[in-house]
Amino acid sequence: MLGFLIRRLLNYLVLCVVATFLSFTLSSIAFDPLSLLRQHNPPPPAATIEAKRVQLHLDQPIPQRFLTWGEGVLRGDFGQTTTDHAITEELGRRAGVSLRLFLLGVTVGILLGVLVGVASAVRQYKFTDYAATFFSYVVLATPVFVLGPLVKQVAQSINTATGSEWLQFTGEGPNDLSQLGWLEGFGERLRYLIVPTVTIALIQIAYYSRYQRSAMLDVLGSDFLRTAQAKGLTRRRAFFKHGLRTALIPMATLFAFGFGLVIVGGVFTESIFNWQGMGQWLIQGINDQDTNITATVTLFVAVCVLVSGWLSDVLYALLDPRIRV
Amino acid sequence: MSGPVTENDTPVLEVTDLAVSFPSEAGTVQAVRGLSYRVGRGEVLGIAGESGSGKSVSSLAVMGLLPPQARITGSIRFQGQQLLGLSDVQLAKIRGRRVAMVFQDPLSALTPVYTVGDQIAEALLVHGKGRISRQAAANRAVELLDLVGIPHAAQRAKAFPHEFSGGMRQRAVIAMAIANDPDLIIADEPTTALDVTVQAQVLEVLKTAQEVTGAGIVIITHDLGVVAGFADRLMVMYAGRAVETGQVAEVYQQPRMPYTLGLLGSLPRLDATEKLPLVPINGQPPSLVDLPEGCPFAPRCPMAVDACLEAEPELSAVDSAGEHHAACVRTAELAATEAAAEEIEGVDASNAAAIEAAVEVFGAEVVQAQARDLAPREQRPTVLRVDELVKHYPLNKGTVFKRRVGTVHAVDGVSFEIREGETLGLVGESGCGKTTTLMEVLGLTPPSGGAIEVLGRDVSTLDKKARRAVRRDMQVVFQDPMASLDPRMPIGDVLAEPMQVHGLDAEHIRKRIPQLLDLVGLRAEHADRYPAEFSGGQRQRIGIARALALEPKLLVLDEPVSALDVSIQAGVINLLDQLKVELGLSYLFVAHDLSVVRHIADRVAVMYLGRIVEIGTVDTVFGNPLHPYTQALLSAIPLPDPVKERQRERIILSGDLPSPADPPSGCRFRTRCFLHTTLPESDRARCVGEQPERVGHGQDHEVACHFARSKQVV
Amino acid sequence: MTVLDNKADQAVAEAPARRPVKRSRLTLRRFLRNRWSVAGLAVLVLLYVLAFSYPLFSPFSYEFHDTNLTYDPPTVTHWFGTDNIGTDMFVATMRGMQKSLTIGLLVGVISTLLSAVVGAAAGFFGGFTDRALMWLVDLLLVLPSFLIISISSPLFKGASWLIFVVLLVLFQWMITARIVRGMTLTLKTREYVSAARFMGQSSWRIIFKHILPNMASLLIVDATINVGSAVLQETGLSYFGFGVQPPDISLGTLIQTGSNSVLTFPWLFYAPAIMLILISLSVAVVGDGLRDALDPSSTKARRRVKRKKEAAA
Repeated sequence: MLGFLIRRLLNYLVLCVVATFLSFTLSSIAFDPLSLLRQHNPPPPAATIEAKRVQLHLDQPIPQRFLTWGEGVLRGDFGQTTTDHAITEELGRRAGVSLRLFLLGVTVGILLGVLVGVASAVRQYKFTDYAATFFSYVVLATPVFVLGPLVKQVAQSINTATGSEWLQFTGEGPNDLSQLGWLEGFGERLRYLIVPTVTIALIQIAYYSRYQRSAMLDVLGSDFLRTAQAKGLTRRRAFFKHGLRTALIPMATLFAFGFGLVIVGGVFTESIFNWQGMGQWLIQGINDQDTNITATVTLFVAVCVLVSGWLSDVLYALLDPRIRV
Repeated sequence: MSGPVTENDTPVLEVTDLAVSFPSEAGTVQAVRGLSYRVGRGEVLGIAGESGSGKSVSSLAVMGLLPPQARITGSIRFQGQQLLGLSDVQLAKIRGRRVAMVFQDPLSALTPVYTVGDQIAEALLVHGKGRISRQAAANRAVELLDLVGIPHAAQRAKAFPHEFSGGMRQRAVIAMAIANDPDLIIADEPTTALDVTVQAQVLEVLKTAQEVTGAGIVIITHDLGVVAGFADRLMVMYAGRAVETGQVAEVYQQPRMPYTLGLLGSLPRLDATEKLPLVPINGQPPSLVDLPEGCPFAPRCPMAVDACLEAEPELSAVDSAGEHHAACVRTAELAATEAAAEEIEGVDASNAAAIEAAVEVFGAEVVQAQARDLAPREQRPTVLRVDELVKHYPLNKGTVFKRRVGTVHAVDGVSFEIREGETLGLVGESGCGKTTTLMEVLGLTPPSGGAIEVLGRDVSTLDKKARRAVRRDMQVVFQDPMASLDPRMPIGDVLAEPMQVHGLDAEHIRKRIPQLLDLVGLRAEHADRYPAEFSGGQRQRIGIARALALEPKLLVLDEPVSALDVSIQAGVINLLDQLKVELGLSYLFVAHDLSVVRHIADRVAVMYLGRIVEIGTVDTVFGNPLHPYTQALLSAIPLPDPVKERQRERIILSGDLPSPADPPSGCRFRTRCFLHTTLPESDRARCVGEQPERVGHGQDHEVACHFARSKQVV
Repeated sequence: MTVLDNKADQAVAEAPARRPVKRSRLTLRRFLRNRWSVAGLAVLVLLYVLAFSYPLFSPFSYEFHDTNLTYDPPTVTHWFGTDNIGTDMFVATMRGMQKSLTIGLLVGVISTLLSAVVGAAAGFFGGFTDRALMWLVDLLLVLPSFLIISISSPLFKGASWLIFVVLLVLFQWMITARIVRGMTLTLKTREYVSAARFMGQSSWRIIFKHILPNMASLLIVDATINVGSAVLQETGLSYFGFGVQPPDISLGTLIQTGSNSVLTFPWLFYAPAIMLILISLSVAVVGDGLRDALDPSSTKARRRVKRKKEAAA
């Protein structure tokens, strides 16, 4: 069992390195950071451009550049942006911003999603089920960049109705955050967090509840549920004790997939709510044609998926005795 | 087993006029239509019937476990209390405490995420809230596991279901069923999914369970052998109704409903001393959606008269005691036929007259092998020769990085040969390697050890072209008639495919298809229909036709009738018998059902854990089995003859089949061998240390046992 | 040997009494019974027709900018209002929908075909192809296709939108391929596949004759779902300017422009957004309806039938 988890971990690590390498290579091929410099008015002298070229290691072959960068990463140095900012400094802040958003959204999403799914399965073909199904369909059919503005507008109307500015939806906190005390700061952050979290969580709920519902319904027809009832458990009790527990197993593997979804969704969410997080950074990196930024973001994404994937393996092993060998 | 009910006793279970229907896309399915029966204290009632006869639905109705959309009417009284209409909570108090149930498929009957011990303890805790502590329940669970014969019960109680074999899981389910000392146990095909030696074990456990609890038992089965030895009374169901009920011995000896009669006649007999005719029941069970008026069996009944089509006959008494009932208007004629029938030769059964009557009524004939003059065996050419065949699989573990943790010795030195015009039956329980052997033969690739020679050509010397040529002469018929035909291809295309592959011209193919259909008893116009439009038996016929398309010499048959209902089975067996004679085919017939092999094969090879333990002509191997495993296997098969079945001494093997990844040293059977345990120490050492080779015992009879001795088992 | 004749009678007696309805007809009937799916299909067809025939209904052209009438809310003349330079939003939305729908359809169908072939090959042959495929799918988890396409977008700046289609196809086939592979593994053990093998049929022929046709229902359903996700993928990338490039427009680029003014000029956002939701919602219900109709053993229909079968057994 431990061996299994270690092997999974190794597999993910290899995937991380490969993913980052691919992203680095692709960016290096696709980007031309000097073009922005050339467009300056008046055009800078050739020497300046050449100096920039050397500074960005563009004179070296791509694998060499990757190795140089990778070496730095191992030492904790993610290199410089094309505009000479240290990536490492910004990484910490931005990762914090994104993780705050993702983790809360995902946790709320999974919990509520499982709950909605169970409720939907228990009340199959009743109002709850139809309502949940309708909700999921609509949310899943709505891309984040449409859902985000919609949630924003709902928040706006709540604010208008209550005559307050309590719900915030631009940026991750007030500008004067650093001057506030710990508790006040926490409260302020929360105000800014709610609307984007709801956006992410809505999608997660829609996604997980569909799967939880069908996993539950699959279990519903199973022989062991009948055995449990034959033993003298009521339908409801057999359903929760034997059914729900078993239906959670396939959900564990979904969590890894789900996280990938959040990250892509996160790019939009951050840009819609103007959060200075990783997703927004990726867009900036692409627009600035900055290989180091895109590679760093890719690595971050890969590590997130790795951790969530590995966690879902652990969860799977905990839930299913059949693979605990 | 205790005696039958007396009139005054309140029965444990009394079902009256039960009807169950389900909505479906095609219309309302009337699964049970007016069923009445009673089970007395300590009485064992057998309910027999084919799939779709409503036998399982009726018992699920008793348990209140039918899906909510089922419409149930009538009355179900348990110890006088009406169960129909009770709420789930009220029923839950009765289920598991006073009525318990054992299901068919033990592999899926236990929740995979809880330990076996916990699941048994749960049965106690749910009914004994407050009265029994967790610890006490856990202890009692261990005792129960011990009672049903699970070794090291205390330790095994902590195991999860997936760590149990099928037989052990079924024992655990039985332990759960008897946990609260119920008054009624319903066993729904409790042994159908199990191998025959394990079936014998589980039936034994059920008997113990009955003795311990004194409960009444309803045992549902399609196997008339299982009920013959176990039940006091028998109820035969057809199309959602009881068509005959009575004391077991009486129903078997004097069946008064043509369906029962046909069923009895359609069973190949293990105890036959010569080839008996097999009664095929034409047609198939009716659809339960809109049944025509009249007797539902009438369309298949050779005795049907106009009256049968007018109204459905009620169950009525056919004996003076009023214990034996049948739903047929022609019971008197049946009785007369039976009285006139002489006891059939070739089987020593208590119901020989009934079998003869069945043969007469349904008009069956023996297909005589002599129809085609065959030279003596030694002079005929060898069609298939397998010599010391070995097949080992690597046993892998891990999902991402597979690593080899062992070797599965699936087939370990198997030798046999098939001569022209001969049928070799290859028998054994699941995991014995018979399917692997068959796949190796069909694969036509060089085996990892030993040699395979098809029609005189060694497969290891074949190139691509020669292999194709050999394929033409060797064809296969599979087990599952549902899976063996591509559902997207019309039958004509199915039959054409082998001919197209082998480059026959379109004109020839076009002519051949109607011939083939005719050969297996179907009509030419069936060619443009899809497999889904045919019944199981018909599909199996199509599978046979496809195999015959290229006019092969050898047919490999992988359990060709085991997925069919008994009444359909007989027709397909007869067809195979005829084709063999008419076309001069040779068969390699792989099966787990020894009765079928006895009927169809000329020679038989018994496999255990990758080796052949006994081989010879059917008459010698079945008549005088010498290997202890063959003896146990034969003794485990229940005979459809209540008198004989109750007199037999049964050899119950202990334990499960050892893992083929780690076979025992020396004789592979020794770990479960009853003979081994009775041997003196020095002889036992020989079993452990020395692998027995096959040694001749008389003409065409070889046995791989150091201490082979005769034993009467059938 | 008189047995032959009686054998013929007996099996004929077994023959199906009445001929069941044809499969395709049954499927159609089941699909039509699902009102939601029928509605979804109707909406899709309608939108597609509308997207290409809008000039019949609207007097405005996309190139026409009524500079006197900027930011005009929806009226009888300008059904969806006008934007900052006075372009008619109805016309713009239809133009965007043309691109989005076409790209979605192309990507969905092509990528499904690709996944069918690759997945079936991987499942059937096993070995290297199989491991490589599984690994690619795993990689896609870590490196989402959105990331790859957006990073490589500068390479294709100014290129035709067809390149974009190729890119989307290139990164969308893996998940379906994995499902196809799984199905192939099950179908491979079916006896009719073994039968074909033992009669000497070649592997690729088995794949095209026996394996792929038998997952036609899965492929149809997946193609539908893939059309939906391709539309979302396309609009998402276009939203950030990584997809469809000007002068072409798609629903994504329109929504991007509109999203800045949700609170002020909501029609700029809602016109394309509602169309997009309508499209993907319709695709989803059509997909579900198709699944139920093609493969009654899969979702809810299955559960009902299955339980009944169990009970009747």
